Amino acid sequence: MDKNISFTLKIWRQRGPKVPGAFKEYPMKDIPGDTSFLEMMDILNEELINKGEEPVVFDHDCREGICGMCSLYINGYPHGPATAATTCQLYMRRFKDGDVITVEPWRSAAFPIIRDLMVDRGAFDKIIQAGGFISVNTGAPQDANGILISKKVADRAMDAASCIGCGACVAACKNGSAMLFVSSKIAQLNILPQGKVEAGRRVKAMIAKMDELGFGNCTNTRACEAECPKSETIDNIAFLNRDFIVAKLKD
Amino acid sequence: MANIDSKIPEGLLAEKWSNYKAHQKLVNPANKRRLDIIVVGTGLAGASAAASLGELGFNVLNFCIQDSPRRAHSIAAQGGINAAKNYQNDGDSIYRLYYDTIKGGDYRSREANVYRLAEVSNNIIDQCVAQGVPFARDYGGTLDNRSFGGAQVSRTFYAKGQTGQQLLLGAYSALSRQIGKGTVKLYARHEMLNLVIVEGRARGIITRNLVNGKIERYSAHAVVIATGGYGNAYFLSTNAMASNGSVAIQCYKKGAYFANPCYAQIHPTCIPVHGDKQSKLTLMSESLRNDGRIWVPKRIEDAKALQEGKLNPNDIPDDQRDFYLERRYPAFGNLVPRDVASRAAKERCDKGYGVNNTGLAVFLDFKYAIDRLGEDVVRARYGNLFDMYEEITDVNPYNNPMMIFPAIHYTMGGIWVDYELQTSISGLFAIGECNFSDHGANRLGASALMQGLADGYFVLPYTIQNYLSDQIQVPRFSVDMPEFVAAEKEVTDKIEKLMSIKGEHSVDSIHKELGRVMWECVGMGRTKESLEKAVLEIDKVKKEFYSSVRIPGNADDLNVELDKAIRLADFIEVGRLMAIDALNRNESCGGHFREEYQTPEGEALRDDKDYMYVACWKYTGEDSEPELIKEPLKYEFTEVKTRNYKV
Amino acid sequence: MWLVNSSVGRKVVMSVTGIALILFLTFHMAMNLVAVFSERGYNAICEFLGANWYALVGSMGLAALFLIHIIYAVWLTLLNRKARGSERYAVTVRPTTVEWASQNMFVLGLIVVLGIILHLTDFWYHMQFAEIANDMVLAPGGDPADGIALMKITFKNPVFVLLYLVWFGAIWFHLTHGFWSALQTLGWNNQIWIKRWKCISNIYTTILMACFALVVIFFFIKVTFLGASI
Repeated sequence: MDKNISFTLKIWRQRGPKVPGAFKEYPMKDIPGDTSFLEMMDILNEELINKGEEPVVFDHDCREGICGMCSLYINGYPHGPATAATTCQLYMRRFKDGDVITVEPWRSAAFPIIRDLMVDRGAFDKIIQAGGFISVNTGAPQDANGILISKKVADRAMDAASCIGCGACVAACKNGSAMLFVSSKIAQLNILPQGKVEAGRRVKAMIAKMDELGFGNCTNTRACEAECPKSETIDNIAFLNRDFIVAKLKD
Repeated sequence: MANIDSKIPEGLLAEKWSNYKAHQKLVNPANKRRLDIIVVGTGLAGASAAASLGELGFNVLNFCIQDSPRRAHSIAAQGGINAAKNYQNDGDSIYRLYYDTIKGGDYRSREANVYRLAEVSNNIIDQCVAQGVPFARDYGGTLDNRSFGGAQVSRTFYAKGQTGQQLLLGAYSALSRQIGKGTVKLYARHEMLNLVIVEGRARGIITRNLVNGKIERYSAHAVVIATGGYGNAYFLSTNAMASNGSVAIQCYKKGAYFANPCYAQIHPTCIPVHGDKQSKLTLMSESLRNDGRIWVPKRIEDAKALQEGKLNPNDIPDDQRDFYLERRYPAFGNLVPRDVASRAAKERCDKGYGVNNTGLAVFLDFKYAIDRLGEDVVRARYGNLFDMYEEITDVNPYNNPMMIFPAIHYTMGGIWVDYELQTSISGLFAIGECNFSDHGANRLGASALMQGLADGYFVLPYTIQNYLSDQIQVPRFSVDMPEFVAAEKEVTDKIEKLMSIKGEHSVDSIHKELGRVMWECVGMGRTKESLEKAVLEIDKVKKEFYSSVRIPGNADDLNVELDKAIRLADFIEVGRLMAIDALNRNESCGGHFREEYQTPEGEALRDDKDYMYVACWKYTGEDSEPELIKEPLKYEFTEVKTRNYKV
Repeated sequence: MWLVNSSVGRKVVMSVTGIALILFLTFHMAMNLVAVFSERGYNAICEFLGANWYALVGSMGLAALFLIHIIYAVWLTLLNRKARGSERYAVTVRPTTVEWASQNMFVLGLIVVLGIILHLTDFWYHMQFAEIANDMVLAPGGDPADGIALMKITFKNPVFVLLYLVWFGAIWFHLTHGFWSALQTLGWNNQIWIKRWKCISNIYTTILMACFALVVIFFFIKVTFLGASI
């Protein structure tokens, strides 16, 4: 059975995007090891509410690691110390009695803080709106088996498509670059025959939007792939670079 | 009694939808631009509808409560999506998919709707492939299929264990394309709090901006709600934290009928509850039942020893294991539909054969699959699910059987709609899980994705035009009209009321209390007594909520507790409605199991003579009970049988 | 112009100039090795690369490469700092797969630039520049092509030896990341190639910098302990 642990939470509290924030410490007592990190945050909030204080605001929704909403930077890691897992899939048994657990929001100029640990990741949506799609209307496309796609290509596209758009790559990157996110979408769509038709147009539009929104330049530090909860790799970034260079040279 | 018209087209079953499309009214392209449509929700149904309507040229306003449309809970669907492609040559057809769905729904859904669903299922797969959804493929390059509960054919298309994610991202990309083009305007972190009705037609909504607390008004020629199910009334469910039934309740209170609220699906393969601080239940995909075998010990002593932690399950020999699904349902075995599998698990646990410390779990064992296929094959098929299980429970499922238990997963009931997906309020449409339409009393696995996308891509974009065709002369509405002012005032009054309680209990603590009542009294096995008790207890919870809830912070600001409180107020209404509906339905069918009505073998006992109808509940006011309106279900083309998964 | 306006384009410029500079270093290393085997041969090369038009064009091209690489580096660093935002994390951890060099390329680059300045004043100023300025006083022994003499003078001083070795160390770190990173930026990479490129980067850079260091140490020993005449 998991043991109960006690520890100190050091949480970033900030009222709004323009108000300066600061860390605040909260002692936590006897938390069972099979509590998820977010449930532990629920316990803290319950205590704060009972004391008449405002709860810590953080984004979360599905709590099963797929919606990409949770976004805590815990002890120096986006989504905490577990690998290939989101914050909601992190369990307290990973921590030790007496630990100080520092919780910060994603920090990047393109992700302004809304409150406390909640940030605005609308920039990701804008990048997808610029070109992260295949231009096909609802209607009657050809039979699904009319396009044969090798298992290798389908699997490769699926791996790239696993991205959940949480922004951990940006949070981990010392350059605030969104390349892993953008390249995952590019790799998924540009590798598939359906998406190849507009591959060049897509990659140019998405990169232009990404740059416009103030994300940084990738310097291949690989911090993004180390922290990605869905294990996306910088293969995707190489793929994007290649397609982008080819598209620009064709112009 | 109010009259109810489901507007089912004439003709043979297979011709109804074609006939409808051939004769419906359309809106010409120039006029589409002048028509505004509000779509609330961005899940599979909402996103696909908003995108398709935008493509057609309508002016769409799309709302979601998360920070991005891509976060809608459709994303969490794991297993797959059904379609009658018959790519496997195993005897599938539109009729068979239709038949399986009708039968799976325990003959409590509309023939015409379900047939249409099966008909358009094939278009969905084509559409999704064209969008770049990376479905699993075979080495020859064709699409791969797997089998799912309630079917004897392999008709489920899948993308690893993340089919919902991939389909939603496909719809989200189509939606994003329209947002980029300007035909759809997105309002993220906006929650609908009221419906505006002008001269009997739905003409707008009132929302709360969740970032700054501002109450905003939006007008349109038609309103589409795609806001999902209300399973979170149970507090613990597989739904996302923000999933709620508020929009359905708002529409219900404005006159939309709430149909079959008691039909809630309990999913048999969830990770068991571990403690009172738990916030949600995690689903293990139904696809696991393809290769895993479900069992409990045959001997009660072994069960006792397991519960006390004194016995390792691997030490129980095969002949002492009770593979109760294979025993009871030889034809379908571990792949019986969800309601059957859930009830069977409950039956064993009620008899004391549960296998964990709470006695509320059964084993799902992959030992046999690993012996048969090798660990590598099992890892390739289910690796991500096994990793997830180990992360949550700290138990390695390759060496030990998984423990599972049923949990609330999906609500078949919802806002009543006619064949056109229009509710009983003119101009208000409901699509996806939030309507009641296609699943009857029980939904088959891999059919929710199918229904959401069918509604959004291929049904609503047609049927809504039939409504809008006579609206082209209607100018845009000003949000300063008295109806909007009044609707906004209802919202602000409600918020003010909640904020002024200043009690001593957090929203979650009251929600947990509601969830306990719901699970105990309106859960897997219901009785007249438990349901009567539920109504009383829910009234108590309601009283407690309105007298003692504590919401810190301000109303005109970001306020998560207020958001939750508003949703909880509506969950209390939903919960009560579920209990009342369950009490009314004196039979067992699908997800609704009344313990008084079962066969000697413990199977559900339907009463087709008295209950073959859709129970539509009409709101009659805050202090009066809802009125029951019955929509009779006519089975003209299908023989109604007792559901049998034994042979 | 996409090489200026787009993030990927800017990285392509860094990558292409970086690869060109690696090639230059390779050539320079080969030239230095000659000095170990034949002092006369080395001086002949120095003579060949004096103030001739082709050598001058080459030098100017090289200077341009350096300048572009440095200007882009500064520019990218500024852009990236801005993208990172003003608020910094209180706790940061470097995951094991992240090389130290990759996160400190700019700092390493600064050390490299300081080394270049040192190197230009030590050697180029007394050789090619002396010839261009036609000021033979600057040249060692009045012969701008006598590279051997200059090496002996410079590396007699252990301080210079140390400075050069530190400089080489910085270049080593800079290149172990820069080499494969350049190819990644050009899109020539995947899960298989990244292992190959990293291996090649490490071996190539190590050989390259070891040879440079070898020449320096060789002359230090030759002058200090073997009493070679200056």
